[in-house]
Amino acid sequence: MFTGLMLNTWITASIVAVIAGLTGFFAVLRGQTFAAHAIPNGAFAGAAGASLLGINVIWGLAVFAVGGALGIGALGSEQRGRKARNDVVTALALVLMLGLGALFVSVSSQYAEETYALLFGEVFGISRGEVAPIAGLGLAAVVAIGVAFRPLMLTSALPEVAEARGVSTRRADLYFLIVMALATSMTVPVVGALLMFSLMIGPAAAARSVTARPGVALALSVAIALATVWLSIALSYRTNWPLGFFVGVAGAAFYLLGQAARGMGASRTRLTR
Amino acid sequence: MHYLFEPGLLGSGPVRTALLVGAVVAITSGIIGVFTVLRGQSFAGHSLADVATTGGSGAFLVGLNQFWGFLVVGVAAAALMEAIGVQRRRGRDVATGVVLGAALGAAALFLYLGTLKTATTGASFTVLFGSIFVISPDTVPALVASGAVALLTIAVLTRMLLLTSISPDLARARGVNVRLVGIAYLAALAVSVSLAAVAIGAVLSTALLIGPSATALRITKSPARAMAAAALTGLAATWLGIVLAYDSYYWPPYGHGWPVSFFVVVLVLLGYLLSYARRPRRERPRSPHEGAECSPA
Repeated sequence: MFTGLMLNTWITASIVAVIAGLTGFFAVLRGQTFAAHAIPNGAFAGAAGASLLGINVIWGLAVFAVGGALGIGALGSEQRGRKARNDVVTALALVLMLGLGALFVSVSSQYAEETYALLFGEVFGISRGEVAPIAGLGLAAVVAIGVAFRPLMLTSALPEVAEARGVSTRRADLYFLIVMALATSMTVPVVGALLMFSLMIGPAAAARSVTARPGVALALSVAIALATVWLSIALSYRTNWPLGFFVGVAGAAFYLLGQAARGMGASRTRLTR
Repeated sequence: MHYLFEPGLLGSGPVRTALLVGAVVAITSGIIGVFTVLRGQSFAGHSLADVATTGGSGAFLVGLNQFWGFLVVGVAAAALMEAIGVQRRRGRDVATGVVLGAALGAAALFLYLGTLKTATTGASFTVLFGSIFVISPDTVPALVASGAVALLTIAVLTRMLLLTSISPDLARARGVNVRLVGIAYLAALAVSVSLAAVAIGAVLSTALLIGPSATALRITKSPARAMAAAALTGLAATWLGIVLAYDSYYWPPYGHGWPVSFFVVVLVLLGYLLSYARRPRRERPRSPHEGAECSPA
């Protein structure tokens, strides 16, 4: 389980988990769950387009993910609290990209297996050459979040205070969407478009329901994402079932555990009062 | 050379079925979508479609018609989502997301097991992106009936639904059971999403649900007019999409049509962008030309 190609799988998947835990934490905190779903899904279409043109899939993913993030950011409403409108724009950006994806897949004579791998992930059989670009992009995403950590936190938790201090919420939103897009473009080939989302939301939501302290929650989110991925790879290797299935179920299971822990904690505090 | 209307277009059986199903889907989605947009539940609408994918792939696995899989799982997921129903919007989004993730995982498994069993991989494409031209005529009555049931539910609930969408507190004060209305509405939404999933695919059904309604709500503020405009916009996009997809058989790469879903999505989006050209109407004195402007385009 730990030899040759499998070693690449473990390394890549661990990088992906760290990124997903990190970006997912902010996605949940900022209430951008839908965007976190839309960007990886839209990026899938870019991958299909790139394979149609015969260029590296990463480029197609990056162009579509960043394009989608810019579209959502640009057409979205400036005012906070116009969530309904932002959701509509996100939904439309998503379906446009997916529609293009449907076209690319149907026009290219590629077999459907390729589509399946892009949507649901193909973590086994990653070559050594693929590890380096993923690690590079991952590092870039971590640095990008690290640099803007304070403004991102401030606009997520206390938007009014942020505005008063001259930090633009809108700009922070756009910045974060682009970071998420970059993170996505490297993770989609590994865990798949549909499940990158579960890896971002499940662990982060579980962490948030256990603790309210941002630093602890962030670390916990990354740790849960790593645990999810490691568990899923081991199970997928044993059973030969798709990785995405285990990632999706484990993410939901951790969330339920977190909710249960919070429920017990809440009833305990109520009792001691 | 191609014409916009191929001579054989209306003579072909699959095309006639597609036009009929497309009309049912577009009208149902358009009308229900107005409430989805008003209630700010675009994400829930999209999630229901994705969750229904699990049903579609499960049905494929056991050899049933996809529509039943979409429908059963969609309605069940709607009930589950309302049951979890965290009242805060952000919490609801996260809960929706987690349910969605788990369901997608299950879909991956079903599709994988399905390919093991039948040694074809076309299923994932059909389930996700739909194929309106291969709907068997036997399913049509079921599709039409489901659409009618969903529309009837909405028609009965319209007043209460509007009230709970716009001001839940006022509705509660008037003795409306907000929760029950929410569940009934989500069930109707699940039915309409399942219909759209059959026609243009699970992941793209959001286009018909949100696009025409958002366009209509930008043009007019009156809910009744918005519903009519959304249904008409959706209908136009779907029919034109079907015609274009039929024509695209003669476009490069030759001998292989472009997917209907692509055309529908692009047309829906064009409609939405066009509506940006016109600001939503504000209260202002009536002018003699008012009547002409109100007609849904």
